[in-house]
Amino acid sequence: MVNHHAVGTRGAPFEMDIERGKIREFARAIRSTNPAYFGERPVIPPTFLTTTFFWQEGDADPWPAVELDQKRGLHAEQEYTFFGPPPRAGTRLRCQSYISEIYTKQGRRGGELTFAVMVTEFRDETGRLVAQAKLTGVETAKPPTDEQPTERS
Amino acid sequence: MSVPPPPPPWVVGPVTRTDFVRYQGASGDMNPIHHDEEFARAAGFPTPFSVGMWQAGLLSTYATDWLGAENVRLFRVRFKEQVWPGDTLTCEGTVLREYDQDGERRVDVELTCRRQTGGVAVTAWATFVVPEPSPDKEAAHVA
Repeated sequence: MVNHHAVGTRGAPFEMDIERGKIREFARAIRSTNPAYFGERPVIPPTFLTTTFFWQEGDADPWPAVELDQKRGLHAEQEYTFFGPPPRAGTRLRCQSYISEIYTKQGRRGGELTFAVMVTEFRDETGRLVAQAKLTGVETAKPPTDEQPTERS
Repeated sequence: MSVPPPPPPWVVGPVTRTDFVRYQGASGDMNPIHHDEEFARAAGFPTPFSVGMWQAGLLSTYATDWLGAENVRLFRVRFKEQVWPGDTLTCEGTVLREYDQDGERRVDVELTCRRQTGGVAVTAWATFVVPEPSPDKEAAHVA
């Protein structure tokens, strides 16, 4: 069961280096041949900041505070906002995550769905906010079968 | 300045476990449900299924080839149906609206990744700065 008191939980700040080789690896995995990702100082692909998986560990990650049941949990939505061109290889980002929202809705086929939202802010060396990620997870009333539930507003 | 027309639909597949694993390694999300047969079956699924973020990444590839990697300002994804080994995916996009914001010409687009069944795997909404026409294309157009 989701812990509604998790709202407001902040992770410790963490750093993330944007690396040329990692961009290349990621771009190949998403079948991109765009020269913008393969040059000397490439920009990151739109969903690249998901690679915080390699940087955000231990108390930097507030998501466990949500206590979402892994067997009934699914990734419902993911959003990336860029406040200017996306960051380039060679940038060191300073990042921090917090749980921004937890709410429930009735599912299309009955049963309550609980949504939890984690926001991660990415700042460059000067402290400027360059990007923001928003992860929405959902816990279904039953284990998911063929179709994932989708958020309906 | 105007928005270039969307590229033709991009067909990817049949997709394989190797595609999923390669994406998992690149992204760092090593959830075994996307590559471990026994783990997936124990969780009630017939086989491993794809990482939703991989399909999202395919849509971003289509979108940045269309409108430019440096121009993206928002990329929002909603996960719908799961994608299974052997599926063939089709990515396409449409323009929703064009407008001025923060002194820039912007465009909102909707992107869809469908399975061979017609079911939607992932929908994405993205905002891009409208790309400057390249001199080459201008010249070609005039010629």
